[in-house]
Amino acid sequence: MESATLTRPTTLLSGGLGWRRRAVNITMTVLITAAFVLALIPLISLVFEVAKRGIPGLSLEFFTDDARGQIGGGGGASHAIVGTLVITAVASVISVPIGIMAAIYLNEYGEGRLRRALTFFVDVMTGIPSIVAGLFAYALFELFLGPGIRLGVMGSVALSVLMIPIVIRSAEEVLKIVPNHLREAAYALGTPKWKTITKVVLPTAFAGLVTGVMIAVARIVGETAPLLVTTGVVDSMNTDPFNGRMQNLAVYAYNEYRSPGVFKQAAYDKAWAAALTLIAIVMLLNVAARLVYRRYKTEIR
Amino acid sequence: MLGAATKRSAAGEGEPMAADQPTGATSSEPVTKATRGAKTIEVRDVDLYYGDFHAVEGVTMTIAPNKVTALIGSSGCGKTTFLRSLNRMHELTPRARVEGHVSLDGEDVYAKGVDPVEVRRLIGMVFQQPNPFPTMSIYDNVAAGLNLNSSRVPKSRKDEVVERALRGAHLWEEVKDRLDKPGSSLSGGQQQRLCIARATAVEPEVLLMDEPCSALDPLATLAIEDLISELKNRYTIVIVTHNMQQAARASDVTAFFNLDATGKPGHLVEVGATDQMFTNPTEKQTEDYVSGRFG
Repeated sequence: MESATLTRPTTLLSGGLGWRRRAVNITMTVLITAAFVLALIPLISLVFEVAKRGIPGLSLEFFTDDARGQIGGGGGASHAIVGTLVITAVASVISVPIGIMAAIYLNEYGEGRLRRALTFFVDVMTGIPSIVAGLFAYALFELFLGPGIRLGVMGSVALSVLMIPIVIRSAEEVLKIVPNHLREAAYALGTPKWKTITKVVLPTAFAGLVTGVMIAVARIVGETAPLLVTTGVVDSMNTDPFNGRMQNLAVYAYNEYRSPGVFKQAAYDKAWAAALTLIAIVMLLNVAARLVYRRYKTEIR
Repeated sequence: MLGAATKRSAAGEGEPMAADQPTGATSSEPVTKATRGAKTIEVRDVDLYYGDFHAVEGVTMTIAPNKVTALIGSSGCGKTTFLRSLNRMHELTPRARVEGHVSLDGEDVYAKGVDPVEVRRLIGMVFQQPNPFPTMSIYDNVAAGLNLNSSRVPKSRKDEVVERALRGAHLWEEVKDRLDKPGSSLSGGQQQRLCIARATAVEPEVLLMDEPCSALDPLATLAIEDLISELKNRYTIVIVTHNMQQAARASDVTAFFNLDATGKPGHLVEVGATDQMFTNPTEKQTEDYVSGRFG
């Protein structure tokens, strides 16, 4: 008949609509799988390469010693590891309350033009180049403390500028998912709005909020440019974010690679080891995020 | 200001409301249901809007204390919208508006200076889909009204309130051994009874129920209807139902809402004693609806 009519199988066992359809099906499956493999290759290759070059640099010394006074190619990165942890922790302390409260405002209170404007600005902020955040933090502190100032907390402020919009966006998404009928149930009991938020909405969203925060942390933990201009480069251990330069893993890796000194190979090894440590930290954060999510998530019917 | 408790003698079940003035006592007094009669709701010329859309027009009726008033009518005629305007939940929808007069025992619910939170403590609500708080245990769900509202209530008093509310909702025997399990671990009918226990735990004056049985099976429905006929001894109850037979079974007064055409506002056609509404209504529309000619 004419091709305008719908083709239908005459019986169920007539072989379906022919070999052509099956061929297309198989071709698409192969193409999609190939695309997936292609996308994975750079990722696997990266992890493999970093592991290959970084493992020689790992040693007990790497984790326990800092670089102070080291001339002979020895020394470790303990000051960098501690620095990364301290700077990231302070950045989280700044970003998480601000970000979550902003998300609560946007989702629970905001309406109309103001809310749309704020959402737009948050979206713009997610795209700020990290060096800009770093220069902003530097300029801010220079205003009060004079030129050439370098502090651990400056790095935290720079990272907060990058972290806050991410926390806001993911927290907002999670709060949106909390069903409205739960809020209504609380209102119907005569609960004021703020209490509904703290005692019903936030606990229900808790797992998602924690995951969002951990993703934001994983994003900023390896930032180099803003930390170069704010926390500086230093060889000795410093745990006080308000007092002097603080080393961190990203800047450490950069520095070892750029100025390896006399013992080049040892320096390169340490740089790769620092990169490997960073990847390990990010992986640990992601695993922890998954575990928290699984443990605390609320099944909402 | 709402929140005053009218003291009554314990014999005051179903007695006509004497002209008691609100004593001005604060709601922190331990006034129990035995000393408090249910209240009357007066509604006069209420118009409800969603933005510019006129959803319900010109409703005037009295909701009598210690009686079950059923709101019936076809889909979309504004029954739920009207119900939600009684405890100031309608205004939670963005751009929603209420015009007209709603009063609880003579006190204007929408007066300037009245806190909607206080209104909702006196007029409770049970929803169509059971909605226990998923992060809380059964015990905490029932006590939610206390936890979320007042300042610290001693544990012994909380235990008392929870047990009383669960017994009142006919759920105590089934859950007394697993009060710490999550609220969502119960069946649909049990969850709805949990929500009723939660609503009655704060001892409101009025209980609004928005199609409470429509998500439940017939056995659970029967259990809830039995519960409602007991609850009316302590509370004023307004129930929205799609199910005419349920209205005929479970209510004392029935109010029939209808739409002239889609896009037009819903309005109250007729209100009267349930027996009379179903056997000998005044309006032809009502008669057509209850005899199943439309709807």
